[in-house]
Amino acid sequence: MMLDSSLSLRRPFRERSFGLMRKFMRINWLFVLCVCLLAGVGYAALYSAAGGSPQPYAQGQIIRFAGMLALMLGIAMVDIRIIAKLSWPAYLGGLLLLLVVMKFGHTGLGAKRWIDLGPIEIQPSELMKLFLAMALGSYFKRATPEHTGNLLFVLPAVVAILIPVGLILKEPNLGTAVITAAIGATVMLGAGVRWWWFAIIIAVIAISAPVLYDHLHAYQKARIITFLNPGSDPLGAGYNIIQSKIALGSGGFFGQGYLHGTQNQLNFLPEKQTDFVFTIIAEEFGYAGSMAVLALLLFIITLAFYTAVTCNHAYGRLVALGIGTNLFLYCFVNLSMVMGLIPVGGVPLPLISYGGSALTAVMLGFGVLQSIHVHRDVEFADAADY
Amino acid sequence: MSRASRAAKDRSAFTRRAAIIGAGQALVFGAIGVRLYNLQITNHSKYALLARQNSISERLVAPERGLITDRFGTILAGNQQHWRALFMQAMCPEPDAVLQNFYALVNVSDDEKARVTQDLANRPGYIPVLLKDFLDWQDMAAIEVNTPNLPGVVVEVGASRIYPLGPVAAHAVGYVARPNRKEASADTVLALPGMRVGRTGVEDVQDGVLRGEPGFVQTETNVHGALVREVAHDAGTPGQNVALGLDTGLQQLAIQSLGDNTGAVVMLDATNGEILAMASTPGFDPSLFDKGVPSTVWDGWMQDAKNPLMNKATAGQFAPGSTFKPTVALAAMQAGLLNADTILTCPGSFTLGNHVFWCDNHVAHGSINVVTALQVSCDVFFYQVGLMAGIDRMAAMANELGLATDLGTDLPNVAKGFVPTQDWARSRNIHWAEGSTVVQGIGQGYTQLTPLSLATMIARVATGNAVGPHITRRVGGVLQAGADPDYWPALDVDDRHLATIRQALFEVVNTPSGTAYASRLMLPNVQMAGKTGTAQVHNNSAAEKQKNFNDMTMQWEDRPNALFVGYAPFDNPRYAIAVVVEHGNFGAQSAAPIAQTMMTYALQHDPAGRDSPLNVPLQSTTPALPVNNT
Repeated sequence: MMLDSSLSLRRPFRERSFGLMRKFMRINWLFVLCVCLLAGVGYAALYSAAGGSPQPYAQGQIIRFAGMLALMLGIAMVDIRIIAKLSWPAYLGGLLLLLVVMKFGHTGLGAKRWIDLGPIEIQPSELMKLFLAMALGSYFKRATPEHTGNLLFVLPAVVAILIPVGLILKEPNLGTAVITAAIGATVMLGAGVRWWWFAIIIAVIAISAPVLYDHLHAYQKARIITFLNPGSDPLGAGYNIIQSKIALGSGGFFGQGYLHGTQNQLNFLPEKQTDFVFTIIAEEFGYAGSMAVLALLLFIITLAFYTAVTCNHAYGRLVALGIGTNLFLYCFVNLSMVMGLIPVGGVPLPLISYGGSALTAVMLGFGVLQSIHVHRDVEFADAADY
Repeated sequence: MSRASRAAKDRSAFTRRAAIIGAGQALVFGAIGVRLYNLQITNHSKYALLARQNSISERLVAPERGLITDRFGTILAGNQQHWRALFMQAMCPEPDAVLQNFYALVNVSDDEKARVTQDLANRPGYIPVLLKDFLDWQDMAAIEVNTPNLPGVVVEVGASRIYPLGPVAAHAVGYVARPNRKEASADTVLALPGMRVGRTGVEDVQDGVLRGEPGFVQTETNVHGALVREVAHDAGTPGQNVALGLDTGLQQLAIQSLGDNTGAVVMLDATNGEILAMASTPGFDPSLFDKGVPSTVWDGWMQDAKNPLMNKATAGQFAPGSTFKPTVALAAMQAGLLNADTILTCPGSFTLGNHVFWCDNHVAHGSINVVTALQVSCDVFFYQVGLMAGIDRMAAMANELGLATDLGTDLPNVAKGFVPTQDWARSRNIHWAEGSTVVQGIGQGYTQLTPLSLATMIARVATGNAVGPHITRRVGGVLQAGADPDYWPALDVDDRHLATIRQALFEVVNTPSGTAYASRLMLPNVQMAGKTGTAQVHNNSAAEKQKNFNDMTMQWEDRPNALFVGYAPFDNPRYAIAVVVEHGNFGAQSAAPIAQTMMTYALQHDPAGRDSPLNVPLQSTTPALPVNNT
């Protein structure tokens, strides 16, 4: 016992003395390589989306990625305990941003989601997902099974989830709200909250779905109706789904060839450079290309989970789980949407879709993830309280 | 519990849960992969087809209509490019909205809107529907700017039919118009915008060769229906060019010579029947039909007593008057009732029963033979010859010479003309009086002939060959069979009789006492032969007869028609001409000078048998202007 305790007193000190070089070497470079590879796929897709030109999408996006990669590596150098301390302030800051966006936000595509911060626009809901994972990680990092089995202990966490989810729903952004809730739930699950509680909540949501449906925005209802019957409105909301499926389907096994996808090159897909970017890959590179991208995404998610399970502190485990799940949910919602499996929602494909906000949020998350990876063996000083 | 063991337990619990969550996520990715397989592999062909339909649309395009040229290649009917707006139903799910947008931008008449609506309902998707022809720059700009609101609207170059000579060759060349609904539904190719159907003239007769086969255009369009690029373009088979026997110079001269007169001029290549000039006045502008004739113009034509739309050369039927006399003479000679030496007496009048038939101007020509009788156009001589021959022989000879018979001419609306026969009289229950035979002898009475047939008659008399008039010389560059003089058989008429008549016709023009002496050719070593004609248009009243046809005091429509038939050169006939000037009083006065002008030009430029004009006219003199009427 004493030995453990003395170790715990010494180790943080020792870890801090790793030195920057040592830390740098501890970064999961395989992960970084995969992320860069994904960004390369994104560059190719955006180059094609512009009809074979680096302008106006691909070049700006790759420059932004380079900046964000530097930021990510920078964050990876920051001690995870400092990040952990910032969890709740970040969460509160995120909430503040959500409120600001509601009041002053820039309206894009019928929803107030953006804050204009000079050169880059920020979507606070994207950041909020990371901040929520961090806050929950911070909340549950010392939780024992007794805590997680106690409804009174879990309830504040649920409230911490529902406040941002409610604000994001208000924007309105159904897709991100659901993702945010799912991240919160996953982190709680990882923290040891009982399975069957989630089962109950899901059942309640399923039962109350018709009531919730009444409170949805007209466009959200339209999306759901369109999803259920895409043929009903060929040039309206269902148009995207139909054209998207045509683009995917026409790809075949090897695709129509790079820069030769008719759906893409002839602009049959609106906003193809953002939410529907995957259709470009699928149409021009076919099943082979899209499965390769899918495998790459799954591998990156797997690396995030690897960081989570190899981490020696609960905070790192939970936040890494949240970040990995965030990436998974991005992919799942975006790909399902593109393939007509779930209603369309403004969820981009991380690192491939054009746009700074998602990229910023995802790369910040990766920064935190690598910080966890680098600092996977540190001990939290206050862990001694147990 | 030790903190370390608790931490280890925590970690293994977390790992378990994370593994389950991760496995779930991997499973979801697997499901996405399966879905992708389903879309991209299993249903690939279905979506590939949809993608093709999305982006590539095919439509038929009208072939370019063949040109109609004169014998030297001068364009008589050509194609002019213009812009038109088409609507592709297949490219647009909501035609009504698009049409409303289009009508808001471009002025379209209600009639046209009704037509568009009907066309849209009746035609298959690959046949574009014409929205508006002859777009001006304003329309173009409006459509261009609003392309996103006009999916399915395509602006393309179309060809409209133009007739550079305007009214000059209008009757011979004819005109085209849009096919009517019945034609369009019978033949979908005709439903294509830009397709035209020949309505009269060569445009009508040669419609089949001029039309060509439609092509298609495959275009790639983006989501707005805006053209991205043309994938494939097959212009189809353009219609073949048709070269006519016409010589534009002669044609223009004919119209110019007729001037304000109503009438017709036909000039043939006497050796093969090729129509070198075919004029009918007044004319009309054939280009109007392509765009649609304004109703005021149309009403004007309909009310015009001079009937400008009628080709008087082929459809105008006139009493031939004295131009019929050679036929009468030949009929009698063929029957052995008359020869070059037969002398008949003209005392100035001829009495049959209680009816007196006068010679022209009540002049007594005395005892004359057939040559002199033709030369001075003695009526009394031919009253007697007519009686001699009888109407059936006259009709038979008329038919042999190409009168009142089917000439097989490659033109529409060719009237056959009419020469009475006993059979006809019986079938009509007409009591045939001998008096009718008498007036038949001078080409009056029931006889009605077209200028084209008169020209044919004189060509046959000139050459002794049964040439048939035809206007088409080459189709797609291939010379037509009729262009060869040997194609035409010899007439079943004794050469000696023909020689007698030719001599008479020579004297008509070339002797001072001949009726057409004033219109003799002023060219060295070449003469014209011919016959004047002056035909009453209705039975003149006694008062009019008393005026000795002092026609200048008569109403225009009561005046006799002036005719002339002739050929040249006399010793080697190449050009045959028939001129009819309606209510022109005397053939010698108004018809023969036109023939003189035409012949002079023809002999100087010698277009017959050529496909390229003589660079240097045979004579350096300019074409003679019409000589003052005498």
